Amino acid sequence: MTPLLALDGISKAFPGVQALDAVALRLYPGEVTALVGENGAGKSTIVKILTGIYQPDAGSITLDGAPVGFPTAHAAAAAGVTAIHQETVLFDDLSVAENIFLGHAPRTRLGLIDWDRMRTEARALLARVGATIDPRARLRDLGIASKHLVAVARALSIDARVVIMDEPTASLSHKEIAELYDLVERLKAEGKAILFISHKFDEIFRIADRYTVFRDGRMVGEGHIADATEDRLVTLMVGRSIDAIFPHRERRPGPPVMQVAGYSHPTEFDGIGFSLRKGEILGFYGLVGAGRSELMQALFGVTRPSKGVVRIDEKITVIRSPAQAVARGIVYVPEDRGRQGAVIGLPIFQNVTLPSLSRLSRHGFLRLAAEFALARAYTRRLDLRAAALDQDVGDLSGGNQQKVVIAKWLATRPRVIILDEPTKGIDIGSKAAVHAFMAELAAEGLSVIMVSSEIPEILGMSDRVIVMREGRIVAEYDRDGLTPERLVRAAAGLEAA
Amino acid sequence: MTAAPDTGRAVPDRRRGRLARALRSWEALLLVVAVAIFVTNAFASPYFLDPWNLSDASFNFTEKALIAFPMALLIIAGEIDLSVAAIIALASTAMGTALQYGVGTPVLVAIGVGTGLLCGVVNGTLVTRLGLPSIVATIGTMSLFRGIAFIVLGDQAYTGYPADFAFFGQGYVGWVFSFELVLFAVSALAFGVLLHGTSFGRAVYAIGNNPVAALFSGIRVARVKFLLFLLTGLMSGVAAVCLTSRLGSTRPSIALGWELEVVTMVVLGGVDILGGSGTIAGVVLAALVLGMVTFGFGLLNVPGIVMSIFVGLLLIAVIALPKLAARIMARRG
Amino acid sequence: MERLVRSREILLALAILVLIALIALRFPAFAAPSNLAAVFNDTAILIVLALGQMAVILTKCIDLSVAATLALTGMVVAMLNAAHPEIPIVLLALLAAGLGAGLGAINGLMVWKLEIPPIVATLGTLTIYRGVIFLISGGAWINAHEMSPAFKALPRTAVLGIHLLSLVAVVAVILVGLLTTRTALGRALYAVGGNPRAAVYAGIDVGRTRFAAYVLSGTLAGLCGYLWVARYAVAYVDIAGGFELDVVAACVIGGVSIAGGIGSVAGATLGALFLGVIKNALPVVHVSPFWQLAISGLAIIVAVAVNARAERVKGRVILKRAEHAR
Repeated sequence: MTPLLALDGISKAFPGVQALDAVALRLYPGEVTALVGENGAGKSTIVKILTGIYQPDAGSITLDGAPVGFPTAHAAAAAGVTAIHQETVLFDDLSVAENIFLGHAPRTRLGLIDWDRMRTEARALLARVGATIDPRARLRDLGIASKHLVAVARALSIDARVVIMDEPTASLSHKEIAELYDLVERLKAEGKAILFISHKFDEIFRIADRYTVFRDGRMVGEGHIADATEDRLVTLMVGRSIDAIFPHRERRPGPPVMQVAGYSHPTEFDGIGFSLRKGEILGFYGLVGAGRSELMQALFGVTRPSKGVVRIDEKITVIRSPAQAVARGIVYVPEDRGRQGAVIGLPIFQNVTLPSLSRLSRHGFLRLAAEFALARAYTRRLDLRAAALDQDVGDLSGGNQQKVVIAKWLATRPRVIILDEPTKGIDIGSKAAVHAFMAELAAEGLSVIMVSSEIPEILGMSDRVIVMREGRIVAEYDRDGLTPERLVRAAAGLEAA
Repeated sequence: MTAAPDTGRAVPDRRRGRLARALRSWEALLLVVAVAIFVTNAFASPYFLDPWNLSDASFNFTEKALIAFPMALLIIAGEIDLSVAAIIALASTAMGTALQYGVGTPVLVAIGVGTGLLCGVVNGTLVTRLGLPSIVATIGTMSLFRGIAFIVLGDQAYTGYPADFAFFGQGYVGWVFSFELVLFAVSALAFGVLLHGTSFGRAVYAIGNNPVAALFSGIRVARVKFLLFLLTGLMSGVAAVCLTSRLGSTRPSIALGWELEVVTMVVLGGVDILGGSGTIAGVVLAALVLGMVTFGFGLLNVPGIVMSIFVGLLLIAVIALPKLAARIMARRG
Repeated sequence: MERLVRSREILLALAILVLIALIALRFPAFAAPSNLAAVFNDTAILIVLALGQMAVILTKCIDLSVAATLALTGMVVAMLNAAHPEIPIVLLALLAAGLGAGLGAINGLMVWKLEIPPIVATLGTLTIYRGVIFLISGGAWINAHEMSPAFKALPRTAVLGIHLLSLVAVVAVILVGLLTTRTALGRALYAVGGNPRAAVYAGIDVGRTRFAAYVLSGTLAGLCGYLWVARYAVAYVDIAGGFELDVVAACVIGGVSIAGGIGSVAGATLGALFLGVIKNALPVVHVSPFWQLAISGLAIIVAVAVNARAERVKGRVILKRAEHAR
């Protein structure tokens, strides 16, 4: 079979990173090609090149045998390439119908936007993806799953030949996922070429016809899914077997350090209760949107819970701000590193000392020598790779930025460290380093809460695992005898603890 | 905590080439411009180098610079206060009103500075408590504060300030050094230390760079911002005392349009209008450059409004030129 | 029409009606149709300027140079008229609009091509445009007697019983209304301000859209330059000084979000009318006109506070959904 769309020798570099290095990708009519790879392997970059957001530095794209270029998003859409993006890139303050048709709205004979036809067509498209959403509703008022379905409808509003789905099921419920699979089957039957990007192996094996694996910006393998196994794909993705990744740890949990009871928030979570021991790693698993990050941010004082009690060392503690949390020895490494973790424009040493300034300054006056001493000690401990400590954090790789954020918190000598998706989007080497370090911290008596959506990470690191779903704790497991299947079923609401 | 196995390699404290970077900095460029203008003025007019003339000329920037210092901190922290000139008007009006009751100079000063502080509290509350965007909130208070001055004064004016009140705008501390010039120098030093030498200043930078990460690092973002609005109000009150004393009168239109001149001074000083970077040294140099240009043009009988074209062009060039230069460099290499 | 945002506009319209009704209780003459028409006529220029400003603010930018643009084009056409009274007035009005478009394009290019922060770029051109007025006029005034009668008369000319000035505002409201609700460019304004990154994915050129908004704002400001100078029959360096803030105030009161992406023609128009009604009512109710500034300041603060409340991101609704499922 000849491919409908073929990419050859595509390269793309950003300052400091070779995001793509001469990769090839082929999409066939009526077939689903799964693109798999770790975070940072170059999947998002290739999607942006295919949709005209980025221009490749080198390489060629051929559509139906003829060379093409996608200089703008418009050009890509005109050539029949459409994408459902990973982050829902939509407009909160516009209506659902307009979110679907923005940029290619139906026009009246006078060339004006035809709102009536737009709503009718929007309703038809939404029905096609199995959604019952009012096209007049404002997007802001929809839930995350509905927003995602709007994004799918938007992709279908363009009469496309190539459909790119970038983790389309990440925030959908089971029923919605089933409907999405139906839709994919229909698109296949219509002869469309589909690029399906996913982290979930079960769905890759269920829905894909072919696979392509990226690792560190290179294409490292491709073939028919029927000839592949999960192990084979994982080995290709990470370049080594899974067992080697996680450090072995002795379990020696001590007395309880933090106890949470009846912890509730008006909209995000309800009736949360758990206890965290000294030297323990407590994993929090759940689907995206289960309320885990919201819970952690409340514990850290960013948002206020409506009721509930937190005890630290058996004493009731009220935390109203991150500053108070830090003072009580609770620190939080956020998921959104660029937005919430690192202060990109400040030098490394200033990032590290930021929460410790009151300790490092005398009557409010900074002492540079003390700052550098602290920064030196902790960056060395985390094996930070950087040119100098007065370098801006923005110049570092994702993994090294994460090390700076962790160093920042360790410098405050915390008792409880909350890590929210600690290895998301960082390279394999840094990932292993973060895992090893986490084990080391627990061994030293620090209590660790780890929020993660990666099952291997949860299973490989946690002493105990709590599963959250729709704002509530639905299960609590000891690590021994825990299987990925039980976790997934609990998170999806199929198994009660 | 037990000692962890020390596997890490030490990262050096500082990059090499600090001097080269300092020479390429915005402040260095401003210094060159300031010296160039100084030399040009000295050649263009025989009156320029007279110390008394120079001292006189300093009055055209000292009051604005007093506000520019806290404004720099506010802009670095990602906020802005457009009501500063209106605060001057209201503080001056408050002083003029108090004058009608025959209060003495110390009370007048306290009322002027206190009014500024109070206005700062209003702005800080609107922005940090109610969460309003500072640009529109302070456009609102700008109308409100000056509006109150207009309600009180209408088209009238207060005059007849006591003789000893004149010291703040007209007095000299020693030789050619006016009170305002000394106050300018002391404020520059104080704000320089505050921004560059204290944990408060570090918090200002962190907030301007990334308010969420700053909050998540345990910094009391709202409190820092509130204090910055307070400081800006306070210094506007101080500037109101100086300006009222210098003019010897209060009109509701006093210091009209100064907010934009103060912002111009701050931006010209290399402070990023989007927040996160800037230095007090840059603002001091910008104040000197603007002061000398005004003075030089004045000596050459160039009208003030033409000077404003120059300032407008300077403001745009200051931001555009580094971007254009970077783009050309990128194209070459 | 956006039924979702309409409620805010209706609220503002009601506020204006209540205001007029309250004044009419004591001073019935204020609510007379002829007086209301006069109030509208007096507010026409503010309305037109607010429409342009709204387009710019929708894209997450701001235009502080509108009043200076108005003053510069006003001076140019006034000087042309004084020197060459034979040039047709309609041509002068078009010239004013064209010149304004050019001045707006300068702002737009700086924001688009040089990526200068909008507030700095238009702060710069604000002082430059004012300075240029001084350069071309030498600081002199163009007074009523130097202008041709036709030049001064055009805005007052009655068409279908309405002053041309009011008619210009009505036409501008209709055209900009069509632009913002029914054209691709208009919807792009909302997209660019609402979510610039997503706009790129939707194939919208963010910079070009902002440029277009500035050109629109400049064009309308240029047209207003002629209208202002002809109506008040005088041109000098400082006409409409500080008026840019009134224009921004009208938008903010009308519910246009300074953060971009939210706002409507109805809102901006009503915001301008609110200010116009207050300005015209003060002398009627025997309050000193000096109160106007403080009142509009309060109105801005209240409007921003109300908008901020409405726009505050609501918590996600996962719990509610979970309860629903049981």
